[in-house]
Amino acid sequence: MNQFDAIDSGEEVTSDDYTPEIEPQPTWCPGCGDYSVLKALKGAMSDLGRDPEEVLLVTGIGCSGKLNSYFDSYGFHAIHGRTLPLGRAAKMVNEDLEVVAAGGDGDGYGIGGNHFTHTARENHDMTYIVFNNEVFGLTKGQSSPTSPKGHTSKTQLKGVAKDPVRPMSLALSAGASFIARTAATNPKQAQEILVEAIEHDGFAHVDFLTQCPTWNKDGAQYVPYIDVQESDEYDFDVTDRREAAEMMHETEQALYDGKVLTGRYYVEEDRRTYQEEKQARDEMPESPVVGQYFDDEKEWERSYERLDRHT
Amino acid sequence: MTQDELIWRIAGGSGDGIDSTSQNFTKALMRYGLHVYTHRHYPSRIRGGHTYVEVRASEEPVTSRGDGFNVLLALGDSFARNPSAGAVYGDEKTKPLFENLDELNEGGLIIYDTGVLEDEDVGDLETQATENDWHLYPIDLRAIAREHGRDVMRNTAGVGATAALLDMPLDPIQELMSEAMGGDILDANLAVLSDAYEHTNAEFEATHDLRIPKHDHDEEQVLLSASHGISYGAIDEGCRFVSGYPMTPWTDVFTILKREIEDLGGVAEQVEDEIAASMMAIGASHAGAKALTGSSGGGFSLMSESIGLAEMTETPLVMVEAQRAGPSTGMPTKTEQSDLEFVLSTSQGDSSRVVFAPGNVKESYEQTRLAFELAYEYQLPAIVLYDDMLTGEFRNLPRSFFDREPNPDLGSIATEAELADLPHDVGGRYERFRTDGDTDVNPRSLPGMRNGRFLATGNEHWPDGQIAEDTANRIKQMNRRVSKVEVVRDALAEQASPDTVVGDEDADFALLTWGSQKGVVEEAVRRLTEAGHSIKALSVSQMAPLRTEEIADFLAGVEEALVVEMNATGQFKGLLQKEFGDYGDVLSSLLKYNGDPFEPAEIIEAVEIKQSGEGGDTSSETTLYPPAGDRS
Ligand SMILES: Cc1ncc(C[n+]2csc(CCOP(=O)(O)OP(=O)(O)O)c2C)c(N)n1
Ligand code: SF4
Repeated sequence: MNQFDAIDSGEEVTSDDYTPEIEPQPTWCPGCGDYSVLKALKGAMSDLGRDPEEVLLVTGIGCSGKLNSYFDSYGFHAIHGRTLPLGRAAKMVNEDLEVVAAGGDGDGYGIGGNHFTHTARENHDMTYIVFNNEVFGLTKGQSSPTSPKGHTSKTQLKGVAKDPVRPMSLALSAGASFIARTAATNPKQAQEILVEAIEHDGFAHVDFLTQCPTWNKDGAQYVPYIDVQESDEYDFDVTDRREAAEMMHETEQALYDGKVLTGRYYVEEDRRTYQEEKQARDEMPESPVVGQYFDDEKEWERSYERLDRHT
Repeated sequence: MTQDELIWRIAGGSGDGIDSTSQNFTKALMRYGLHVYTHRHYPSRIRGGHTYVEVRASEEPVTSRGDGFNVLLALGDSFARNPSAGAVYGDEKTKPLFENLDELNEGGLIIYDTGVLEDEDVGDLETQATENDWHLYPIDLRAIAREHGRDVMRNTAGVGATAALLDMPLDPIQELMSEAMGGDILDANLAVLSDAYEHTNAEFEATHDLRIPKHDHDEEQVLLSASHGISYGAIDEGCRFVSGYPMTPWTDVFTILKREIEDLGGVAEQVEDEIAASMMAIGASHAGAKALTGSSGGGFSLMSESIGLAEMTETPLVMVEAQRAGPSTGMPTKTEQSDLEFVLSTSQGDSSRVVFAPGNVKESYEQTRLAFELAYEYQLPAIVLYDDMLTGEFRNLPRSFFDREPNPDLGSIATEAELADLPHDVGGRYERFRTDGDTDVNPRSLPGMRNGRFLATGNEHWPDGQIAEDTANRIKQMNRRVSKVEVVRDALAEQASPDTVVGDEDADFALLTWGSQKGVVEEAVRRLTEAGHSIKALSVSQMAPLRTEEIADFLAGVEEALVVEMNATGQFKGLLQKEFGDYGDVLSSLLKYNGDPFEPAEIIEAVEIKQSGEGGDTSSETTLYPPAGDRS
């Protein structure tokens, strides 16, 4: 008996299906970019026809982490920086789930930086959305890993002495197989990119520029974006690692000069996902681990037979 | 045995094959019909450095390493890098011989390798031997190894010589070798073995008393460590996901499960750090697999925040904590029981969990199974706490002990059909954290199930999981979570107690211990009783929730109780005093924290000092606190 009926249910889905019946009082400030991520993600899920009960959204801590409260699927609002290992393990035991992880730039590129590197490297089949507002929102505006050099805040009184993290370049060198940047000010592109990211087989990293009107009024996120795929000025091959790297570098630099470039930067279609790699090595079963618990035919082996090497 | 029992110590350099040789020899003794027990001592080095394994074998069941030992097979250290006596680390080459002599019992045998240790290395060994009634058997093991194979087979030669001197037939050893290897390697080893055997018989007239008796087990035995017990317990409970990061000695369980779990259709992952390991176990468990993670002190520290997350989200989580000597990196390969306080309260807030500290291989299997059952039934973290000593201690158990049903039951989990009938909020979210139900534990739903969606969050939450700071709800949720421990306590009370009492029920002098020191305390009690003392002991392995009633019953009428544990601060004694709020005058501590487990004689000595009424301190490497005689 299948215990996971929501998966591939084939039912028609709309954005409203992802909206909680009683919407909690938003804790996001008016004008916050996070509202756009929510809208784009709901839209993407309905475009893809995903049933809310087959989706597991894992979030971290921060304003971004509140995404789960307004998105009515299976959800796990975890701890600061730890979305990726939680999400990827869920995917490893049930490949049929749609796993999306989301968190802030402090969450993902700071405290969770190690997990980011390794999840990308392993190319888990999941989507990772980073709300990049260049500050810590929830803890009141301290500088984050993506804050520009010189950014001042209550804990960086003389201006940040560090160069900012370059998230897309980091994702590329770590091994992500889909990398894009979009912006809250561009809802249409954001939704399209999320659809592609979710559909992508492998680790899809979306650096989502979100404005924080409360703590980062000067952020470049407010500036009208340029879509690198639509503009003739930027001609590069998204499947070419070297060209992608150059474009990312240029984009990441441009942001601090007040120019917002968005779009897909790297797409690698033929790379095996981590699940596939492990299956090819007989390190993972072909059908979901969790299915075994509901399979009446399955013979559960006792350790008794495995003890022979100890006699 | 003609002279009590065999305690054979094989000593050499790390990397000299001490572990595998001793394990095979132990198995041979087991197949020969004896009860066996091993104790491993190794330095935190990959190559070189003095290491030994002790094997105790007897016609009677063995529960501890025993006192000292009576056969030394000193291989010398072939990896010794600095053989000069004045070097910082001493004379590495002769360490395997001389570092062990302190503990060699009177009448004992010494077999040493004249291929590695020459006359000038050995110095006044003969004089020492005469003084202590030791029997010396210098044999060129290296030459025998070289003749048929390679230098490393010195250990096989040593085993051959041991067998000859103890009058032990070679067939169980040969049998095991043929099972473990093949081809040229096997032939060479077999040749080395029998050559050493014959050479020893021809060369020496045995002057010692020790001979191996032939004995029989009623049924087939297996040789396992507590790490195997934990691993097979997990497998039999349907654990199909393990994530970890290497750290001694937790790595033992991790490697066993890695080898086993994939064959069974599961997943085993070495990940980037312990934080990831614990978060992955939570993710896998949340999605519906039975999962395990674990570490040792430092790595477990990194998991603190995840434990709290599992508690708050009510995600089943089974963890192993393999203690070693701390604090910090401490002594990576040495044993200690000093993480008790830490494990009982790791993570912030009013947090609760189930903690077992198995006392032997059998309990490690049973209590791991129980940890899974409780974690999945009551949706909380369950921790199996053991220590380096138990990871490396192999013992024989009847094979039939493991002949029991597997349990793939996911615990309190609803089917889709059941979910349809359970309460939902107006928007159709499943009220997984309901506080007004009949039970404190609401069934789980799994992502992908119809009618089951809810939010799991580390923040305080409403019944459907939505974040909430409402005070009334907070109190209800908190009460519900806290009361789960009471539900667990009641459920455990229905089960046979894992805490065992031995000795004279009416004794007014008692010993208390926990976890790994169970066997040695019990042996001390047995021997003290034989010597006419009235004494009893309680070994506790259910650390949380503690079986307070049983402990109180045990302590009623006791005038003095010595709490035996391997740490410097008396953590278990502190726990007892916290739980009971008294016994301040009754309880005192016998502590050992030099990195080695207790030997029975050390406990006997402390009891005798205590009972003599004269005060004084122990002569050995243990500490009485407060010192005997200090109390009015
Ligand atoms: C281990 C830990 N450290 C610190 C915090 C406090 N904290 C909460 S949110 C946050 C920063 C969030 O910044 P970011 O990830 O950029 O998200 P935003 O709020 O901007 O969306 C911090 C430091 C925490 N919850 N846990
Ligand atoms: S603090 Fe900034 S990031 Fe947080 S909700 Fe307000 S605007 Fe958004």
